[in-house]
Amino acid sequence: MTERRLGGVAVSAATELLVAEGLRRSRGRTFQLAVDRLTLRAGEILCVLGPTGAGKSTLLRLLAGIERPDEGCVTWPGGDGAGRRGRPLLVPQRPLLVTGTVRYNVALGLRFRKTATAELTRLVDRVAERLELTALLDRPARQLSGGETRLVALARALVLEPDVLLVDEPTADLDPGRGALVERVLTETARRRGAGVVWTTHNLFQARRVATTVMLLCGGEVVEVGPAEAFFRTPRTPLARRFLEGELLY
Amino acid sequence: MSEQITDVLLRSLHVSGLATAIACLLGVPAGVLLGRSRRRWARLARLLAHTLLALPPVVVGLVLYIVFSRSGPLGNWGWLFTTRIMVLAQVILATPFVVSVVASAMSAVPVELELQLQAIGASRLQARLLALREALPGIALAAAAAFGRSISEVGAVLMVGGNIEQHTRVLTTAIVLETGRGHFRLALLLGAILLTLALAANAALLALSARTGVALPRAAAE
Repeated sequence: MTERRLGGVAVSAATELLVAEGLRRSRGRTFQLAVDRLTLRAGEILCVLGPTGAGKSTLLRLLAGIERPDEGCVTWPGGDGAGRRGRPLLVPQRPLLVTGTVRYNVALGLRFRKTATAELTRLVDRVAERLELTALLDRPARQLSGGETRLVALARALVLEPDVLLVDEPTADLDPGRGALVERVLTETARRRGAGVVWTTHNLFQARRVATTVMLLCGGEVVEVGPAEAFFRTPRTPLARRFLEGELLY
Repeated sequence: MSEQITDVLLRSLHVSGLATAIACLLGVPAGVLLGRSRRRWARLARLLAHTLLALPPVVVGLVLYIVFSRSGPLGNWGWLFTTRIMVLAQVILATPFVVSVVASAMSAVPVELELQLQAIGASRLQARLLALREALPGIALAAAAAFGRSISEVGAVLMVGGNIEQHTRVLTTAIVLETGRGHFRLALLLGAILLTLALAANAALLALSARTGVALPRAAAE
């Protein structure tokens, strides 16, 4: 289904939102990550699984373009080439907010895009409602709890209606109710709005609930990648089997 | 007498205000740069700035005196015993202050913040400016500290300014003079004015931080 031209530009660009090829990354002499090929289509939720230190966050940061790979490239064929539209947005594992109200923080990305004030207010209000943050909008952002901070970080990315959203353990410190809310909002973003989501998690139950595709990383290498259902029912590799059975992998 | 006090007060404000402004103009960009760079030269430059904090004002006065005295290399500029050279002396003393405080404030803002802002579409410049905004309390503190150091400094301005009445006399040099003359009440009054100025500068700083909602670092709030 995916034909490729020389140089790695996807021809069937209509559905491919993100293509990463030949990614290699080391820090000093320590090898961190190698991913030969990763594609993401509209509506797809790719769950990246793997033990701590497997390279999940590194992968997301490379895809977001805030860290550079030593080799390989990441392209988003849906974008306009100038790089801004269609660019994957990252909700990091430990989000940092700036001084100011929650509203100010959520609106930041829209300000970067020079969105008009009325439109900006409307979009911020709408995303706040979706994530049940409305009551927090006028609170100082730096005084929020860890869970609230995470929700605000999600809101400041979602408000931009990205084609590709990269979320790094988005429910890690949320209570069950808010965790379910985030799962709902993100799956909705993928299914109804046709965004592609790359989602790292340690929660296998969550991955079963939300993933359409699964990638298992271990020690910076891709162990297995494929449709979620098949991965959970009949993992192909012994390593994946052991991972699903709850063994510690090294 | 009140005319004399006003004259001295205004000159103090002029010299130290101008010196603070120039020191900030030079020191803030340098501090931001040094606070963000991890290169070797940047670390050396920070070390240099820290070292220059201990620069004795009289040494600055001495060197400037030699350079700008009639037989000195810049003697023909005619700056000696003018307010210009007093401003210059205070810029030399205040700039390292601004550089090291701003560098510390800037390096306290995580680089990760800038990366995360870029990850939601900020350009590098936009991200850097927002990081700078986070460092704003530190920058305001640097300005206040520079002003405080300038206005209370006496050694350098006395040497290069000469404490000439209605020409180069400022609050601190007037205090030295009046104390020598035995006019303790006047000297104390001038001292009180000096303290009031410092109070006003810090109060303005507090009000500013309250209005912008940016928290002051603890040392400044206390």
